[in-house]
Amino acid sequence: MTIADESRSTPLMDAATETVQLLDPQGVRTDHPLYDSLIDDLTPERILALYEDMVVVRRIDVEATALQRQGELGLWPPLLGQEAAQVGSARALRDDDFAFSSYRENAVAYCRGVGLPDLVKVWRGTSQSGWNPYEVGMATPSIIIGAQTLHATGYAMGCVKDGVDSVAIAYFGDGATSEGDVNEAMVFAASFAAPVVFFCQNNHWAISEPVGLQSRGSIADRAPGFGIPSVRVDGNDVLAVMAVTRSALDRARSGGGPSYIEAVTYRMGPHTTSDDPSRYVDPLQHEEWAAKDPLSRLEAYLWSVGALDDERAASITAVSDDVAARFRSGCLALPEPDPLSVFDHAYVESHSGLDRQRSQYAAYLSGFAS
Amino acid sequence: MTETTLAKALGSGLRRALEDDDRVVLMGEDIGQLGGVFRVTDGLQRDFGADRVIDTPLAESAIIGTAVGLAYRGFRPVCEIQFDGFIYPGFDQIVAQVAKMHYRTAGAVRMPLTIRVPYGGGIGAVEHHSESPEAYFAHTAGLRVVTCSTPQDAHTMLRQAIACDDPVLFFEPKRRYWTKGEVDEDYAFPLGSARVVTAGSDATVVAYGPLVATALDAAAAASDEGISLEVIDLRSLSPIDFETVEASVRKTGRLVITHEAQQSGGLGAELAATLTDRCFFDLEAPPQRVTGFDVPYPAARLEDHFLPDLDRILDAVDRVLGRANSLSGWSA
Repeated sequence: MTIADESRSTPLMDAATETVQLLDPQGVRTDHPLYDSLIDDLTPERILALYEDMVVVRRIDVEATALQRQGELGLWPPLLGQEAAQVGSARALRDDDFAFSSYRENAVAYCRGVGLPDLVKVWRGTSQSGWNPYEVGMATPSIIIGAQTLHATGYAMGCVKDGVDSVAIAYFGDGATSEGDVNEAMVFAASFAAPVVFFCQNNHWAISEPVGLQSRGSIADRAPGFGIPSVRVDGNDVLAVMAVTRSALDRARSGGGPSYIEAVTYRMGPHTTSDDPSRYVDPLQHEEWAAKDPLSRLEAYLWSVGALDDERAASITAVSDDVAARFRSGCLALPEPDPLSVFDHAYVESHSGLDRQRSQYAAYLSGFAS
Repeated sequence: MTETTLAKALGSGLRRALEDDDRVVLMGEDIGQLGGVFRVTDGLQRDFGADRVIDTPLAESAIIGTAVGLAYRGFRPVCEIQFDGFIYPGFDQIVAQVAKMHYRTAGAVRMPLTIRVPYGGGIGAVEHHSESPEAYFAHTAGLRVVTCSTPQDAHTMLRQAIACDDPVLFFEPKRRYWTKGEVDEDYAFPLGSARVVTAGSDATVVAYGPLVATALDAAAAASDEGISLEVIDLRSLSPIDFETVEASVRKTGRLVITHEAQQSGGLGAELAATLTDRCFFDLEAPPQRVTGFDVPYPAARLEDHFLPDLDRILDAVDRVLGRANSLSGWSA
């Protein structure tokens, strides 16, 4: 089957739904009748803290890519361009909320309090999960596309059963919206009024496939068909992302059930360090999105309100350099796993067949000892 | 001790599990008001509420996937897959998530799910209501796979499976749902252990699930000819209790394995390989497998040819004993 040519090139932006924006690409604050009140409490100092998060996660991202190029990481999935979508939503969460993500949500992990070297354990190959999910309220990222949306929905169903007002948030991308699991998650979430927020980062690319191949219409417009209210937000506007996420979280906490957010952003880097976007990305489109950079608009805004000056900018740069240095040294210091730990945790209670394999392999390895 | 059917023994096992642990929740299609298409969950929603006995939308991947999320939150979900052939939409969540989460998270996140699956043929049904997909799951590290053949084992093993902190695929032999037997709710044995159902000395017949009764019929018929068969109900397909089977094979020197599932890559292959390895010098004949053929499950009027029966098991017994059999004089 061939896909009509226009589906590969038609931008998604012809949807009827508005795109919520509170900060335009030049850094000018725009008013919004519904969402302004949701970020009333964000003083310039607090917005500056969001800016620092975004600078730091971009710096981590650069450092991780360097580590991969130097052979220290097997792979790295850069988040360049998606800092506002991730920081704005993650900083809207409460500690007792729970995030279920895909593999690119390194800024979400950072905001949840994941330790610096823990961000790269999976990519350095020392373990399959960087952190204990219960210590940070964030599940081990799902590599299988879209699978985690069901986990988030089930977790949210459990929150209702437990009588708590915690919320689950499911992070996924535009490519995942084609997966059956994401659609099934929306069916279950709607039927059981689960307190889950579906947070889709439409970064326009699923490796090399443009969003137009996943959906001929607006991605945000899909959710209402499942009985789930939906909003489209400028994913490069951290204030707007935080506002709509808070709105969705409030709705979930107060028994209103699931919501769906499409954060429209752009993957400015490759899918992973193994990818070559020059084979498929239109340089003009890339340039267009570079002008909508999430950090530069926030920086311009903070300068304009006097929250940022040379001294503070230098201080944030110093913080991010320090984080990068600790990130690098922590990565390089990660211990090699013990060979026999390959047998650990396959089962809560091991069994004699597996114990036999472990014992036989230990005997085999001991033959190399001298 | 009360006499009851295997289906009702499963139901009473679920009831006890719901009573014993308030984190246990049942999920599945038609399990609530209807009580399940085989009535295994009859009355449970009425007695425990729709919050704990949940009728779900028709989406197997979501039944398993949301159970993963519930397990993340400390629940102990029991999922019903309505029929064997309907499990495949949930396969990814079972194999890629349920089986691996504990390993992936270095023990931080447990997946104490029980996934109940009515399986096997012999009821004159369509293909997707007659399959035996256990080998897919026995091949997957991180899962436990069990099956029962008696009301007692059905009740005991289901409660053990639910109490188990590892994920368990619980295969229910649907053509034996109406088999009657005594059930002692307090009876216990280790989950994962095989059972010598009837002792014998001439050959070991390993069966599980629906074919245990068939193997016992074969043993009775063989006994009429003076042949003593030891029938073992494997019960646990992963891990396999090789120690029990090994002891039997060392004694008899002959091994016949039977299952409804297709032969290639099946449980019989694993049993034959491991027992040949462990008992090579005790074996008097090559282990024989009596299984479904390597074809998709056939139309109902052909299933009697596909499914192992008493005569095919006895024919294999003749082969391991070196007696005249259907392959005497046969060549490819």
